[in-house]
Amino acid sequence: MYLLKRILMLIPLMLGITLITFTVIHLAPGEPVEMQMAMNPKVGKDARERLRKFYGLDRPLHEQYVTWVGKLARLDLGRSFSPDNRPVLDKIKERLPVTLSLNIIALLLEFGLAIPIGIMAATHRDTWLDKGITVFVFVGFAVPTFWLALLLMYFFGVKLNWLPISGLHSLGSDNFGTLRYLWDLAKHLVMPVMVASFGSLAGLSRYMRSTMLNVIGQDYITTARAKGLSERVVIYKHALRNALLPLITLLGFSIPGLIGGSVIFETIFAIPGMGQLFYQGAMSRDYPVVMGILVIGAFLTLIGNLIADVCYALADPRIRQS
Amino acid sequence: MAFKHTYFYAIFWQRFKRNHLAMSGACVVAALFVISLLAQVIAPWEPNAINAWSVLSPPSWQHWFGTDELGRDVLSRIIFGAQISLKVGFVAVGIAVSIGTVVGLVSGYYSGLVDATLMRFVDIMLCFPAFFLILAVITVREPSIWNIMIVIGLTGWMGVARLVRAETLSIREMDYILAARCIGCSDARIIFRHILPNAISPVLVSASLGVAGAILTESALSFLGIGVLPPTPSWGNILTSGKDYIEFAWWLSLFPGLSILITVLAYNLLGEGIRDALDPRVKR
Amino acid sequence: MSMSRGGRAVVFLLAACLLAACSSGEQAPFPVSQVASSPVAGDAIVEGTIGEASTLIPILASDSASHAVAGQIYNGLVKYDRNLTITGDLAESFEISADGLTITFHLRRGVTWHDGAPFTSRDVLYTYRVIIDPKTPTAYAEDFKQVKSISSPDDFTVRVTYDKPFAPALASWGTNILPAHLLEGQDITKSPLARKPVGTGPYRFKEWIAGQKIVLDANPAYFEGRPYLDRYIYRIIPDTSTMYMEMKAGAIDLMNLTPVQYARQTTSRLFTSRFNKFRYPSSGYLYMGYNLRHPLFGDKRIRQAITAAIDKKELIHGVLFGMGQKAHGPIVPGRWAYNPDVKDIDYNPKHAGELLASAGWKEKNADGILVKDGKPFQFTILTNQGNQQRLLSAQIIQQRLKYVGIDVKIRIVEWATFLKEYIDKGKFEVVMLAWNISQDPDMYDVWHSSKTNAGELNFIGFKNAEVDRLLVEGRGTFDIEKRKQAYFRIQEILAEEQPYTFLYVPDALPVVSARIRGVEPAPAGIGHNQIKWYVPKNEQVY
Repeated sequence: MYLLKRILMLIPLMLGITLITFTVIHLAPGEPVEMQMAMNPKVGKDARERLRKFYGLDRPLHEQYVTWVGKLARLDLGRSFSPDNRPVLDKIKERLPVTLSLNIIALLLEFGLAIPIGIMAATHRDTWLDKGITVFVFVGFAVPTFWLALLLMYFFGVKLNWLPISGLHSLGSDNFGTLRYLWDLAKHLVMPVMVASFGSLAGLSRYMRSTMLNVIGQDYITTARAKGLSERVVIYKHALRNALLPLITLLGFSIPGLIGGSVIFETIFAIPGMGQLFYQGAMSRDYPVVMGILVIGAFLTLIGNLIADVCYALADPRIRQS
Repeated sequence: MAFKHTYFYAIFWQRFKRNHLAMSGACVVAALFVISLLAQVIAPWEPNAINAWSVLSPPSWQHWFGTDELGRDVLSRIIFGAQISLKVGFVAVGIAVSIGTVVGLVSGYYSGLVDATLMRFVDIMLCFPAFFLILAVITVREPSIWNIMIVIGLTGWMGVARLVRAETLSIREMDYILAARCIGCSDARIIFRHILPNAISPVLVSASLGVAGAILTESALSFLGIGVLPPTPSWGNILTSGKDYIEFAWWLSLFPGLSILITVLAYNLLGEGIRDALDPRVKR
Repeated sequence: MSMSRGGRAVVFLLAACLLAACSSGEQAPFPVSQVASSPVAGDAIVEGTIGEASTLIPILASDSASHAVAGQIYNGLVKYDRNLTITGDLAESFEISADGLTITFHLRRGVTWHDGAPFTSRDVLYTYRVIIDPKTPTAYAEDFKQVKSISSPDDFTVRVTYDKPFAPALASWGTNILPAHLLEGQDITKSPLARKPVGTGPYRFKEWIAGQKIVLDANPAYFEGRPYLDRYIYRIIPDTSTMYMEMKAGAIDLMNLTPVQYARQTTSRLFTSRFNKFRYPSSGYLYMGYNLRHPLFGDKRIRQAITAAIDKKELIHGVLFGMGQKAHGPIVPGRWAYNPDVKDIDYNPKHAGELLASAGWKEKNADGILVKDGKPFQFTILTNQGNQQRLLSAQIIQQRLKYVGIDVKIRIVEWATFLKEYIDKGKFEVVMLAWNISQDPDMYDVWHSSKTNAGELNFIGFKNAEVDRLLVEGRGTFDIEKRKQAYFRIQEILAEEQPYTFLYVPDALPVVSARIRGVEPAPAGIGHNQIKWYVPKNEQVY
């Protein structure tokens, strides 16, 4: 029942979000026409009007919104306002797989590393191990992406020549066999994945450590210990389950992040991902592209939070949802 | 009541004082603030004095941290940059954490309609295109550091809200809350006195991480033109300008990077110290 | 002429029309093996570009990345040769009638499109029609609207007539000709040619992987002969530091260096043995434009004073590591229209102070800022976000102007907002921007008093009757001597009036792998003979 209500809520919520976003984006200063036409002496006065009309920007905002929503209902995100005038869906489709797979690998690696690191730090609280871990993850957090990326590139790419520096495929990879093609791709992904996960390690592992500490201090853990259960069982069976709760929120948060990418990161590694697409779209006021990505993002955010909420209920029997 | 409060803080302070790591964190944070206040006195050079004829010179006796792409002394700029960066880190995160905590507590404690409404509002905020909000700010307001702090604060509280709500949901069901309710404590008292201290640990973690985030976001926003105006230094903009010269002018990114790292570490130690001191279960 | 947004974002300049004269630019010594080897076919060249092309139908594109790639695939009727004179391209020859009203193009025979269809005058007519079609969202219709009539007496002749002589007309026919047989009767904005172009040029389109690369194959039937290099690959690498690493690792053969890379990072012997560096003035200049509607800048003595207070040499040294030269007018040195006798206002803060005093700014307040009628001398330099060189220049100028008692603030605004909210509305005091200038010296749009409306290019509001007359004169004749006179005089007036403070002309700094031979720097840069570039058999890698 609860679930059904939440799912039904999604529809008005999505509509509300798109309405707000649509308005904000269109009212923000700048116009796509400007970007293509301005500062070019070869452009006549009517060229701008011509282009505004072509994009339908001459019509009132609410009409534009209705048209856009109408198309959205048919899963059509419209055509890009850039000179190529391509369907937004095509543009997103050619970039989504890259971003998605990169993010999933990085996310798995992050969680896979952060959880044990956090537990280790918590169980070895205030020892040198704990302090070492703290410094290590914070270095990862504070080091700017571009710095680490360029450093790795210089070392592994230029000096040692072990790994390709940027991009996704080597030139001529089209002629490789499947195995070699995948191996080539994997080699290209090593550095980006490393950089992406190192930075996020701090957040996750710190949350893990702090909730773990919280849980270890609880009475039922003392009880479990008193029962004579081994430390392993206490930690991994009793404590971990409860310590994972806040991580569920974080995981829920990570779901919309899966389709997003950092512009800085993608720019440095020359990875054609969603981050670049959104940034370029935003900078050139390519409204359909921006709206398209935001809609998908909004949808995933809602779903992510929904899943997180459901997971709470499952993971923690004490939470009785009304 | 007053007596009780004093007692509460006395205990807190006593516990905190004994935690050496936390104390050192607090000292570093304090030292950073002192440095930023005394920048005028401490900085060896005028931070904005350009010397186009000695750009990007490596660290030396004259310029301990080298010079930047306009020949300005990096050490002096970092000292002056502390003013901006610490303020941004502190205020922006303060805003985000306060909003987030209150929303999370209220939402988690009351549940039902209040919870549903607040959480849907969080959902909407999460989907809000912050970039375009910033663009609107550019045209409406003169650039200032306050814009930056407010924008970062207002767009960054949702994570905290959800984390606090999650904690609150489980604390709410604890026996001692039930007990508090039975003896007739007001909701506000239960929320802030009994739930908050126990839900605080994820808040402190995200606050100490948020500080670094805010310091870096400042440079990105200044880049878009809503924040500090050049030539005013901030750690973020020194670091960003170092990117183009990283291969040989390593000092331009290393030192501001280290400053951010030290600040974050210090805040984190401080945060964990506070958490431990607040937590009655942790015995030292 | 177009505005360049990112100084560094100027994609490698192939289109001759973008290239500037080559001065005695220094050049790294060629490796020994350069000397004796004869051209052979084979191998590929990989060029790094910061921006990705948006569409490969060039009349729809407004970015330099698209035009660079399209330039390899398409041809115009005319082109600029290595010495920057206009010669025939798809037109074997052309003649201009004595009254300057009619241009007749004689097209090459036997040219085929990449799909095998023959090239004829029908393609030229189609291209003209689609450009002036009001439904086509193109930015390039203006020059073609001057055309009174166009006809093709036969398949290989095109005759264009104008109302009055129009000097930029000839160069405008350098526009890329599109294949009529694939486009006629179709909606050009939805044509598949945008992603899979078919042209007549030296390279044929092979594939385009979004955000990664565009691959072109040599066209064996190219009318000037097949290019030696089998493939031309554009790799999209948005970050210059990454691109530089890729080049060092051997994965990029051609890119544009940043000044700091050129001056500080590529000087080792190892580097110069693997790569050839080139350096010549680019075709743009950085300037500071004063809003002449603003009361502060109405007085030319103020503008002259500001120019005198700025040390352009310092700017070039500090921002460009010396890789550039002073600008003192709207024409780049080395062009035929450049007036070498214009006297520039030299750096002289004392003189600046005197000029300011004569304009009534005599007293200084406690902060050392000039005051008149109780108001301090204060203004904001507005520039766009994303261009480091402009930001640095503005800061150096800020310090220089402080010495003479002017308080300058710097404001950076993101590009789209910058245009719409500030430039178009005239809401600025001083802007710092750059112009990329074309080969033809016509600059009617930037300086004529009729072009001061919102959204037009004379946004500083410059109005000068003599300049107006000279601009019309300069574009109204094909006689070079007459044009020279007009433009020389314009430069004198602008130097005196200082509506802009012209700052500097940065150098173009391309670098090419030493593997690639036959690269000959010329006034047109290095791209003019690209089809003759080759790699000796024993050095081929792809």
